[in-house]
Amino acid sequence: MADANPNWIKRLFTSQLGPVFALVVIVVFFSIAESILASGVFTSTRNLRVIMSSAALIAVPALGMTIIIIAAGIDLSAGTTLTLCGTVFALQLQNSPVPASDPAFVGTMLWALLLTVLTGCACGFLNGLLISATRVVPFIVTLGTMTIFLGIGQIIAGESTVYAPKENIPQWLSLCFTGSQPDKYLIPGVLIPTSVIIAVVLAIAVGLLLRYTVFGRNVFAIGSSESTARLCGINVPVMTVAVYTLAGFFVAIGGLLYFADVKNGNPTDGTGKELEIIAAVVLGGGSLTGGRGSILGTIVGALIITVIRNGCTLLSIPNTYTHIIIGCIIIAAVIVDQLRHGSPEWFFRLLPAREGR
Amino acid sequence: MEPASTNRSPASNIETASGDEDSLALFQVRGISKRFGPTRALVDVSLSVQVGEVLALIGENGAGKSTLLKTLSGAHFADAGEMFIGGQSYRPKGPSDARQRGVAMIYQELNLAPDLSVEDNILLGQKGTGGGLLMRSRQRDVVRQALDSVGLEHLDPQSVVGDQSVATQQLIEIARALAANAKIILFDEPTSSLPQKDVARLFEIVRGLQASGIGIIYISHFLEEVREVADTYSVLRDGHNVGCGRIDEISDDQIVSLMVGRDVNDLYPHVPHTPGLAWVQAEGIMGTPYPQNVSLSLRRGEIFGIAGLVGAGRTELVRSLFALDHLDAGIVTVDGTIVPHKVRARMNAGFGLLSENRKTEGLAQDLSLTENITMGSLENYTELGLINLVKRQRVASDLMTKMEVKAHSSSQLVSELSGGNQQKVAIARILHQQAEILLMDEPTKGIDVGTKAEIYRIMGTLAAEGKTIVFVSSYLPELLSVCDRIGVMNRGELREVRDVADWTEETVMATAIAIDDTTNEE
Ligand SMILES: Nc1ncnc2c1ncn2[C@@H]1O[C@H](COP(=O)(O)OP(=O)(O)OP(=O)(O)O)[C@@H](O)[C@H]1O
Ligand SMILES: [Mg+2]
Repeated sequence: MADANPNWIKRLFTSQLGPVFALVVIVVFFSIAESILASGVFTSTRNLRVIMSSAALIAVPALGMTIIIIAAGIDLSAGTTLTLCGTVFALQLQNSPVPASDPAFVGTMLWALLLTVLTGCACGFLNGLLISATRVVPFIVTLGTMTIFLGIGQIIAGESTVYAPKENIPQWLSLCFTGSQPDKYLIPGVLIPTSVIIAVVLAIAVGLLLRYTVFGRNVFAIGSSESTARLCGINVPVMTVAVYTLAGFFVAIGGLLYFADVKNGNPTDGTGKELEIIAAVVLGGGSLTGGRGSILGTIVGALIITVIRNGCTLLSIPNTYTHIIIGCIIIAAVIVDQLRHGSPEWFFRLLPAREGR
Repeated sequence: MEPASTNRSPASNIETASGDEDSLALFQVRGISKRFGPTRALVDVSLSVQVGEVLALIGENGAGKSTLLKTLSGAHFADAGEMFIGGQSYRPKGPSDARQRGVAMIYQELNLAPDLSVEDNILLGQKGTGGGLLMRSRQRDVVRQALDSVGLEHLDPQSVVGDQSVATQQLIEIARALAANAKIILFDEPTSSLPQKDVARLFEIVRGLQASGIGIIYISHFLEEVREVADTYSVLRDGHNVGCGRIDEISDDQIVSLMVGRDVNDLYPHVPHTPGLAWVQAEGIMGTPYPQNVSLSLRRGEIFGIAGLVGAGRTELVRSLFALDHLDAGIVTVDGTIVPHKVRARMNAGFGLLSENRKTEGLAQDLSLTENITMGSLENYTELGLINLVKRQRVASDLMTKMEVKAHSSSQLVSELSGGNQQKVAIARILHQQAEILLMDEPTKGIDVGTKAEIYRIMGTLAAEGKTIVFVSSYLPELLSVCDRIGVMNRGELREVRDVADWTEETVMATAIAIDDTTNEE
């Protein structure tokens, strides 16, 4: 009987459900703490909606980051790309010749959407091209492009924040990110925030892409061993460019959601967002050495970050402490993840020995 | 689940081994068991090594040899069993603990820090390193002495390890063990990546270690090697001890049947095949530094052997045929059509390459068997853009069965397989690619006797189907038994190609080591 214990612990660690388990623990913790120490709104449906729609803001760009990280890359420019896209979009709406109520506005809107998505993809394309052509590590390349994209954003924004006038923002766009009002969703009657629906649809698409397509499997191949992938005839440079470009697409969608939330474009807002996005992937089991990561995990990772932030706010814990808590959780998650993947047998040796059976 | 094999009191450090003759043993292992999930890698294994004894550990791929040595050296933790050194209980908490107790392991894939100096590597992980200057100078002597005793008198301790040859690196590892005062040294397939002449040198060193009273356990798939170096043997099969004794009291055939559990009568099975017309031509292949202006022509349905010393450019030649490395000049044609210097193009023309470096290049260690076998050729499984995972899994499992890969499922990770079984997975992949021209670089490296015969049979069958096989090997007996023609490489040049009947082991070696530019005439 005594030896059931380590087996049970080991099995829990080794299963894919680690991040989900962590999320449950955190949610339970905040539910109890908040209902004792504060007003008990943490578990209200309203608050759950707030959490989910905020998590979607992180999750959507994190989908692209998951693909990059599985392919053993990293994108530090995701944050500034995101707000660059938001700024491009805001500028188009600001300069719209007609207000949103005019039928001709459709043209402006389509053009604005297209331009935003193209911006995101172009940023990703540039990253991918530089990485494959120069063979400089992705960390350094995207560290460089991070500030380049910030600079470009500031130039096109005229070094200030771009505000789109209220009459140029169509109703449906604001409904894409509504936070907490249950009566104001894009699809009436469906009480799920629109940003959440968007995130879930995209997540399912990427999940299928990674699991069921040649492209997806090649991403895993490159991430676990680039030289093996080359040996198997996979065109690594082309794949790299494709991966970063695709990730740029998700960053652009993230930029649109972000605009729907704040209704303006400020290029400097993005600084630091990339870390949040990367953290979501890592919390979800993504490995920075490549070859590992999952969409479900990433979504859970985004939720973990949002729940902690939300819970801390409700508990009136100052923002500064929230940063520390999130940092600790990330490090703990990576340690647990290493344990799940075996190598440090020392941990299991600390558990009660099973030899005495 | 495993029967309680030993009844023993709770371990304590002063517990001593009982039994009269056993207590003389330098190293004693009793009832070791180890399982990995559903795999029972070791079941109640016992052995003992005396002072100055060389014990050969023999067994098929996946029999548990590496696992046993890893357990002895603290890299794995046994589920059950006990170990004694000189009668004292020994339970290593990890590799460094084992080293301190005098047990060192020399891995097949060497474990040195390539960017550090020889000296730093030898002192790595030793107590009291990095102290004052005085300390350092005393340690210099230790390093020098250790290097001298493995025959590296001329090696500068300050040189960088990564610049040394594989053979030298291996000797540095042994020196490292000696510097740490090892009493027992465990070798896992030490010769599988060594050139012939270094093998002889290694044996000399092993004999030296033996004379100085060190106990040695030695894994090898080469029986002739085992006979040369070992005093005793112990055979593992499916994790069980199935026999042990003095090596001079058993015949090769008996060892082989102990290993595989049945008789293997033909070590070089011959599948009749007749080489047809030449269809692949390589002309003037030049690379930096190797190959040097190599031209060759390959026929359908033939096994073409490439012999030569390690470093003669054999690997570089097959890699340039597969377009993996940059090329300075040369063209490759298949059926008269020039094939561009691109991996994809070469694959589409029918080429497939088995890398000699299975750990870093041949396989993606963190992916499953299915994933590895089907990597790069998933197009056959896509329906409307989506991969049919069930079909893919089935094909991969079939290939696994065909290659007799020992794994509990095709979704197991490659890193969990034994070395030889990994090699079989790599071979399964080029079979899966349906390659017509199979470039096989050291395909039998680390493979057990029975499976080697199986691989030769597969090669023969493929040749009989009209496929072309280029077989690079450092093991002359297999080249001479299996190939139709053999070409010998010497410093990047393909010196001479002859029918196998016109070669002998001696003439191949003479051509391989010839120094002058004129080809060696018989
Ligand atoms: N880390 C691991 N996880 C799961 N299974 C493992 C692991 N290491 C080894 N095994 C399994 O244990 C068995 C014994 O493997 P081991 O590496 O000891 O074989 P071996 O005798 O050294 O074979 P080879 O001659 O091919 O090197 C194999 O079935 C292997 O798949
Ligand atoms: Mg082994």
